[in-house]
Amino acid sequence: MEIEFRLPSLGADMERATLTTWLKKPGEAVHRGEAIAVVETEKGLIDIECFDEGIVSALIVEPGTKIAVGTVLARLTAAGTGVPPTSVPRAAAPATAAAAAAPAVRVPPPPAAPAAAGPAGEAAARLRISPAARRRAQELGLTDAALGRLAAGGMGGIVHIEDIERLAAGGAAAAPAADARDAMRVVIGNAMARAKREIPHYYLGHTIDFAAARSFLQRHNAGVPVAERLLEGILIAKAVALAAARIAGFNGYFRDGRFERAPEVNLGMAIAVRGGGLVAPALLAADRKDLRTLMHEFSELVSRVRSGHMRSGEFTAATITVTSLGEDGVEAIYPIINPPQVAIVGSGCVVERPGVCEGSVAVRPQLTLTLAADHRVTDGRAGARFVCTIAELLAAPEKLR
Amino acid sequence: MSAPLTYREAAREALRAALTADARVFLMGEDVGRYGGCYAVTKGLLQEFGPERIRDTPLSESAFVGAGIGAAIAGLRPIVEIMTVNFSMLALDQILNNAATLCHMSGGQISVPLVIRMATGAGRQLAAQHSHSLEGWYAHIPGIRIVAPGTIDDARFMLAAALACPDPVLLFEHIYLYNMEGELTPGLERVDIAHAAVRRPGRDVALITYGGSLPKCLAAAAELAAEGIEAEVLDLRTLRPLDDATLMESVRRTHRAVIVDEGWRSGSLAAEITTRIMEQAFYDLDAPVARVCTAEVPLPYPKHLEDAALPSPARIIATARTLIRGGAGTH
Repeated sequence: MEIEFRLPSLGADMERATLTTWLKKPGEAVHRGEAIAVVETEKGLIDIECFDEGIVSALIVEPGTKIAVGTVLARLTAAGTGVPPTSVPRAAAPATAAAAAAPAVRVPPPPAAPAAAGPAGEAAARLRISPAARRRAQELGLTDAALGRLAAGGMGGIVHIEDIERLAAGGAAAAPAADARDAMRVVIGNAMARAKREIPHYYLGHTIDFAAARSFLQRHNAGVPVAERLLEGILIAKAVALAAARIAGFNGYFRDGRFERAPEVNLGMAIAVRGGGLVAPALLAADRKDLRTLMHEFSELVSRVRSGHMRSGEFTAATITVTSLGEDGVEAIYPIINPPQVAIVGSGCVVERPGVCEGSVAVRPQLTLTLAADHRVTDGRAGARFVCTIAELLAAPEKLR
Repeated sequence: MSAPLTYREAAREALRAALTADARVFLMGEDVGRYGGCYAVTKGLLQEFGPERIRDTPLSESAFVGAGIGAAIAGLRPIVEIMTVNFSMLALDQILNNAATLCHMSGGQISVPLVIRMATGAGRQLAAQHSHSLEGWYAHIPGIRIVAPGTIDDARFMLAAALACPDPVLLFEHIYLYNMEGELTPGLERVDIAHAAVRRPGRDVALITYGGSLPKCLAAAAELAAEGIEAEVLDLRTLRPLDDATLMESVRRTHRAVIVDEGWRSGSLAAEITTRIMEQAFYDLDAPVARVCTAEVPLPYPKHLEDAALPSPARIIATARTLIRGGAGTH
């Protein structure tokens, strides 16, 4: 019986290795547990053992070759079946038929191979991380390697949620400042890759007349000091928060295979970080606060983000997110959901367009709202109700107070 | 606004209201009549309601709890007072083998609408035979409901809810609370005996407690707030069945839990709650669950030793601080 000897995985992160030396020649007997070859991995030279019993019939891979885990390195003939070794596609193919018939050849056992990644090594390397931090790291798609660096700087060598949030916010305690941007890019990349991989997004877009909202803001802002002026974004945020509280299925988390509705709307506000990067801290209980309060809290959030003094609670708290590129003149944005949330609303910039108003064409301010939502939780029909609710709220802004 | 009253007066008002509202209700126990109750809760009730309904019993816990079970089965609504939880051991057979089982063993034909009130807990130098907190033992038993009023409102209104329950209810009044003074919530007319209550909201750590430890946790939370730690105080109120939903909500909000229970730690209610948190909210934890319980000794008589053995605001604060700021585990 022919046995294929393949390159085993010597660690979860090992994908390939370079064959350094063969310890066996064709025709030699191999005993269970005996080393058969030496390979080089990132961890160094490692003897690889064979867990079958037999005679080497063919060495397939040349020393010096880089091979992937699972590649057939050699063929063995199971002990006692007596199939002669086949010829080998390598320059040195000194196998003789006689060797196969000579199982009596005694092969001295090679020196004991050092354990590459034994259980003891794993235990020592095991990350000390709280369960909640572990889950949050998974949500953000952080790798164990990134977390390991954190643990070194964490409280008592243990990673807590706060450390994860700091890393996500680009200010890892343990990471040097220069790495912070890269770390944030990795976090964003991982979270978005996970979202694209796992969340079946569906998208809806809706262009609405923004005249009522705009004149409401003008009237309001004319009568208050500069510090109390409201931004368009706050009006939109409030409308989204109210709609999320009213229409089920958009405010909460998808975790452990099911949707958990959140009791209040903590509205994540995507905020660009200077020098690149993005965070989305939350306006807590945005559905229950008035516009003035929201505006005040949002200004504070922005200044904290810009100065790097963010509070960890603000990052885990968001139950749905709003993203806007309004000021940069883009009309529509097709966002990616921030896991484990299940929806994100995009708001474009307000553009002036010919529009029909009371039967005649006039120049109207228009805004395009987009929704990306999780199909595991809702369908387009609910999504449309959600978007239309936002639109209705923005059409009657005086009720948004 | 209602006038301030003590927990003791609230408990007395609860009894008076129950006796007034339902002719089937009567009270019996050691010294509840002529003496006015060992902790003076029943003072004046004998004069008001007469010896038929306020009955002094001999020192015979097994007999008068058994009589209460019989009266409940026969259609009355007895309230039995046991002077202190340590003495209730003498009636454990009646409570465990009769009160808790009869509904089950009769296939639902016999219910036992009995309420047993007991004083529990330490803090008054009553030594090792009058000071223990054994309500956690009773919370082990299926077939009975265990409640522990920790506020003036609950002292006033839990009794009515207990009497309305078709099954036996054990109501534990902590001796340390009797002198606590406060006001009833205006307009409040009833409370449930099913839900835990958040007595102080917070986001950093949940102090999970009940009964006599509640004021200690509130004091600890107030001090922690001064150093920037927002502790949530959760009052379990009902110890069996536990309100898992409210408990887990609190843990999920705060990611850290300290259980403050005047019972001994080993095999305790605190241990049960810890396990439930592991089972239901493990992935929400940012630190190991911690416990502040009574030292595992018979309660000492000398004041300084008794104080040292019991959960105190200082120990609660130290434990919460350690969970949040790091350091070695503490008990």
